[in-house]
Amino acid sequence: MPANHRTWHVLRYLPVMPAVVLLLVFLAGPVLWAFQASLTNAGLTGRHVRNPEWVGLDNYQRLLQDPVFPLSLALTVLFVAGSAIVGQNVLGLALAVLMRRARPAVSATVGTVVVAAWVLPEIVAAFAAYAFFSRDGTLNQLLGRLGLAETDWLYTVPMAAVVLANVWRGTAFSMLVYRAALNGVPAELTEAAQMDGAGAWQRLAFITLPVIRGSIATNLMLVTLQTLAVFTLIWVMTAGGPSNGSTTLPVLAYQEAFKFGDIGYGTAVATVLILIGAVFGAAYLRLLREQRP
Amino acid sequence: MLRWASKTVSLVAASVLVLAACTPADPAGGNKTIKVAYQKTDSFTALDSVFQDAKKEFEAANQGVTVELEPIQANDDDYGTKLALALRSPSTAPDVFYEDTFKVRSDVDAGYLMNLDSRLKGWGDWDKFDAGAKEAGKADDGGTYAVPLGTDTRAIWYNKKVFEAAGIGLPWRPSSWQDILDTARKIKASQPDVIPFNMYAGKGTGEGSVMQGFYELLYGTGSSLYDQDSKKWVVGSAGFKDSLTFLQTLYRENLAVPPAEALDPNIWKKVFGEWFPKAKLGATVEGSYAPSFWQDGGSYAWPGYGQDMAVAPFPTRNGGAPGAVSMSGGWTLAVGAETKQPDLAFNFLTTALNAKNSLAFTVASSQIAVRTDVAADPGYQSANPFVKDVSGLVSVTRYRPATSDYPRISAAVQEATEAVITGSRTPAEAAADYDAAVAGIVGGDKTTRK
Repeated sequence: MPANHRTWHVLRYLPVMPAVVLLLVFLAGPVLWAFQASLTNAGLTGRHVRNPEWVGLDNYQRLLQDPVFPLSLALTVLFVAGSAIVGQNVLGLALAVLMRRARPAVSATVGTVVVAAWVLPEIVAAFAAYAFFSRDGTLNQLLGRLGLAETDWLYTVPMAAVVLANVWRGTAFSMLVYRAALNGVPAELTEAAQMDGAGAWQRLAFITLPVIRGSIATNLMLVTLQTLAVFTLIWVMTAGGPSNGSTTLPVLAYQEAFKFGDIGYGTAVATVLILIGAVFGAAYLRLLREQRP
Repeated sequence: MLRWASKTVSLVAASVLVLAACTPADPAGGNKTIKVAYQKTDSFTALDSVFQDAKKEFEAANQGVTVELEPIQANDDDYGTKLALALRSPSTAPDVFYEDTFKVRSDVDAGYLMNLDSRLKGWGDWDKFDAGAKEAGKADDGGTYAVPLGTDTRAIWYNKKVFEAAGIGLPWRPSSWQDILDTARKIKASQPDVIPFNMYAGKGTGEGSVMQGFYELLYGTGSSLYDQDSKKWVVGSAGFKDSLTFLQTLYRENLAVPPAEALDPNIWKKVFGEWFPKAKLGATVEGSYAPSFWQDGGSYAWPGYGQDMAVAPFPTRNGGAPGAVSMSGGWTLAVGAETKQPDLAFNFLTTALNAKNSLAFTVASSQIAVRTDVAADPGYQSANPFVKDVSGLVSVTRYRPATSDYPRISAAVQEATEAVITGSRTPAEAAADYDAAVAGIVGGDKTTRK
């Protein structure tokens, strides 16, 4: 019965349909909308609201001439490299390795402290970081008690402050991923290496890391994409200032679209951000695929 | 199997129907709702209480009508953004809303506001509104789209205790920029731990940096931001550079706060809540609404403000005519262009702006009255000791050029002031950066050298 057969064929896809529909509506939809809007001069106010005009690649041309754009791009790379690829990733791995060697009580305490920052809602974590780094904040009070000079951290070194804040907030994720991965390293492999006289560093470099490299690639991809999109943390701590000193691409996109009401230009910045994310994602996915023997 | 599939389909269809039934139906049968959007913060609740009263009044007079109040908790910038986002779609657009005067023109261009001309003709109270204030609600086509709630002016607020300790004769009335610098230096010499004369600058304080700071300087040099006749933006003016130089002097000689502190968006809270009450600040440029923070029930209640504080007009550069500079803003109420109940919405607007409610709002938020009957009310005139001083400045006050390009131009001005006070650019460099930015924003053909 061909009719029945066809129905069966369609029905097999029914369970995944809700997921596919949700992805199309909430992921592909906004991405396409943003791309389409970036080719117009749509605005939040003014005459272009009623009649947005098709301006082709004008917004992208403007972006290339905007002196803030290269700065913002560089700051985004610095933020992602500093806080995600180096900060969260390396610190997370180090914590996971050390926690296996530490006493259970120490390991549990450290784990709780690290995860606590991750459990906080982003806005709360952002305010906590602001309260720590601000002029009358905790850091300056501690330094003052030690007799050291106070510094306006958010003003003099805004990028360092937001990078540290993001490392503090996000390391738990990498730590949890690596703890799970390390549990999967066969004990006999490490023991055999130890028998052959490999030191702790050698075992880490030649046994552990190669075994968990799949997890490393997955973790790198996830933290990179998460960090690329960080907005609230920076907005609350520095609002992109001073003098655009911490304006990463998400902050720039927000400022253009919502502060200056230039939705076309803001979505052009957002589209560039999506492209960067896609490039990173593709690179990591390739890395993952190549590992399969 | 087919039976099962058709069952599933009918189930889905049924749930869609149920969901559809949940969405609010058109309020045809008596029960009508008007949505009202406005700003409310922990230091600005005056409008909220006025709307609460107006809601009661209006619902009692119109049976079956519900007024849905939707306060938006945000600062001025974010409120503007949230309101514009809500106005973009007819399904979220409020029927009546609180609108900043400098956004009226661009929001009319966007088609967000309803033309009120024919309705205002039938409203007796409209004649009681000040003619100058009515201008704020007009769009480029000459029609009126918004009704003013109140206006404000800006002046120098100074602490008499600090001035007395420095041996400066009171009442103080500076006649030039040099006078301000001389006085500030005197205060610095006599009280090193006091901030002598602060002026907002930089992007942290946003619109405050230019409204209560740079524009008082610029418009006192004879220059301006925008040439109204040719409809072009002014670049390359000596006045712009001189104004930046004045700010540079204030900040470089530590007569103002340290630059890092100036860039903190919350600095105004310290000005009102800490520095003035504790006599840690000599003077600053602030709005006529300053008493709303200090009066009983304000967010920084300070019973002694009437005795300790005083007001002086901000002088022109060399004391030239008209001798003083002030900037005005203010807010309005408007009706959404897409409203389904234009009559009810307009009637609610008139209830919220009747003599009683206008008086309550004007007094509670220390606004300058825009209704002649409110201005003549003894309750308004005695609302705070400074009503007369700040109302007098209406004769010299200026308004911002409220075009759609203005927010970006304003940001460029803020950037120029920030570059100068932090020392990253000289006034000449910052002015050149500004000129380039303006040409980039509006196009070179819409700028004029003066």
